[in-house]
Amino acid sequence: MKVIYLDNNATTKVADEAVEAMLPYHGSLYGNPSSMHTFGGQVHAKIEHAREAVAKLINADPSEMIFTSCGTESDNTAIMSALQSDPEKKHVITTRVEHPAVLNFCKTLARRGYDVTFLPVDKSGRLDLDELSSAITDNTAVVSIMYANNETGVIFPVKEIAEIVKSRGILLHTDAVQAVSKIPLDVKKLPVDMISVSGHKIHAAKGVGALYVRKGTRFSPYLIGGHQEKSRRAGTENVASIAGFGKACELAEQYLREEHAKTRLLRDRLEQGLLQSCPDARINGDRENRLPNTTNISFEYVEGEAILLRLNEDNICASSGSACTSGSLEPSHVLRAMGVPFTAIHGSIRFSLSRYNTDEDIDIVLDRVPKIIKELRELSPYGR
Amino acid sequence: MWDYTEKVKELFLHPKNAGEIKDPDAVGEIGNIVCGDALKLTLKIDKKTEKILDAKFQTFGCASAIASSSALTEIIKGKTVDEALKVTNDDIAQYLHGLPREKMHCSVMGQEALAAALAGYRGAKIPEPEEGEIVCKCFGVTDRKIRRTIKENRLKSVEDVTNFTKAGGGCGECAPEIEKILKEVWAGKADEKALKPGKKLTNIRKIALIQDIVEKEIRPGLQAHGGGVELIDVDADRVIVSLRGMCTDCLMADVTIKEIEKKLRELVSEKLTVEAE
Repeated sequence: MKVIYLDNNATTKVADEAVEAMLPYHGSLYGNPSSMHTFGGQVHAKIEHAREAVAKLINADPSEMIFTSCGTESDNTAIMSALQSDPEKKHVITTRVEHPAVLNFCKTLARRGYDVTFLPVDKSGRLDLDELSSAITDNTAVVSIMYANNETGVIFPVKEIAEIVKSRGILLHTDAVQAVSKIPLDVKKLPVDMISVSGHKIHAAKGVGALYVRKGTRFSPYLIGGHQEKSRRAGTENVASIAGFGKACELAEQYLREEHAKTRLLRDRLEQGLLQSCPDARINGDRENRLPNTTNISFEYVEGEAILLRLNEDNICASSGSACTSGSLEPSHVLRAMGVPFTAIHGSIRFSLSRYNTDEDIDIVLDRVPKIIKELRELSPYGR
Repeated sequence: MWDYTEKVKELFLHPKNAGEIKDPDAVGEIGNIVCGDALKLTLKIDKKTEKILDAKFQTFGCASAIASSSALTEIIKGKTVDEALKVTNDDIAQYLHGLPREKMHCSVMGQEALAAALAGYRGAKIPEPEEGEIVCKCFGVTDRKIRRTIKENRLKSVEDVTNFTKAGGGCGECAPEIEKILKEVWAGKADEKALKPGKKLTNIRKIALIQDIVEKEIRPGLQAHGGGVELIDVDADRVIVSLRGMCTDCLMADVTIKEIEKKLRELVSEKLTVEAE
């Protein structure tokens, strides 16, 4: 039975072309890119080729891209580097709705004696830029604010944020793991100092990410060791994943416009269809400024995990902000920060699309979900 | 992905006894929509034999909450009220061939609904689930429920209390309070009373309490490292102990004494000082 994959903010299908680009480096081309011989050297050339493709996707110079092992490493590296390049400053500004890679890192910093401001969001998940302005102090070392939210798809006004933060001469990092390849991003027009990117969110394999560091930015490596990545990130490169990452970025560039329009159409059809066929459903997050592939819907009177497991029976993959799916019984911190009522968080489902989704996928989901919601509501004492 | 047994999946996908009995003889309602799970249990009971003739459930919650509710109804059908009163949350978990630890609270909810329904049937005042002081504000869990669940399931960690009651699973702010309740419960009953503010400790109670804490709380930790401790004497607020085993020659012995002092001050009286023999 065909899998209907609508969980692309969690991870994506590895593009066939990316798999093909990776295979030689899982097989015969096993040389170490740092070696002096030609056998290793050709592998090094592949990495540089991939670096060009990743840089091009955000209009950066290849020398500004550092390969890492994942988005989390990019995030941790960026914030730590900012703190180490100006050790006198002990204040970090971020938001309450960041991915755990930034949020929990900042909570750890707070426990280690740093002063951290977690900016709130409104009920649509939007930031108040005046609040950002007034949070900045002489002690602020870095501001880290995500480009787009993984749970709701809400896009933050990073350009305006950059203007505020840069006018105060402070380093700005943005976790753009969810935004890259879904919306155009141009570092020549966006005065951000550091940007995190992840391979597996854009149809590359897992185990590779990148950190953009603007030329001239003081940088301090997170992993210390060999001279790889111009001594900015030690450790032998994950060559195969990097090769696939390069290919995935080429594809993303190629499909960006078309993909944007197509996934938006499918997403909107899915969203409208569900709102029409399921009573007591609501969309979480600002619908104006949102990734084209994401919708986060709350179905009242039912619980998210139950919905997911019923969907699972039909090979439909999605995710939920419900406490019961979190592994820690903690309901989504993003939806809580937005003040979404607990009753609606429990029944929240995120559908996130990619260029591989089809009209048929949406038809099947639109057929199944209303029935599942109805059945679960019939089981529930709150059902109607 | 939760690691559910086939039995849980079966009862979730094809629940037995779902629905509501019209004109029931007993009703048990537990949980609420804010907490993320709720169960309404309705029973038909033969007045003469007190046999449970039929049981139905309505559940709002995750897969294991639905499966636990369904399992509960299967377990109690055909039992007498007296027999059903003996059903524990563990019976429900076992019927399901086990539940993930994080999901044990679903079986607790089933048992609570049953207890409420049967108490109502017997004409007793239905035990108010909200009675007691709210500890976990996110899920409205009271100290009474936490204490009872800790005792019944012999829980030892905050994590387990969250798994069984959900308390602490929201914002996590109440974790220190849960930790305190755990300590109180396991420090013994005398301790529980002694901790009530304003209660003056008699000498005998104080010594008994110190003895109890040294034996149950402090010694096991030291024994894990090959050490040990004996209570030698209590002279007013001076507690004299003797370190044993590996602790005797340990460079950290002073630190250990301080730790013991900290614990006794916390659990018995702020005034205590601890010294080695």
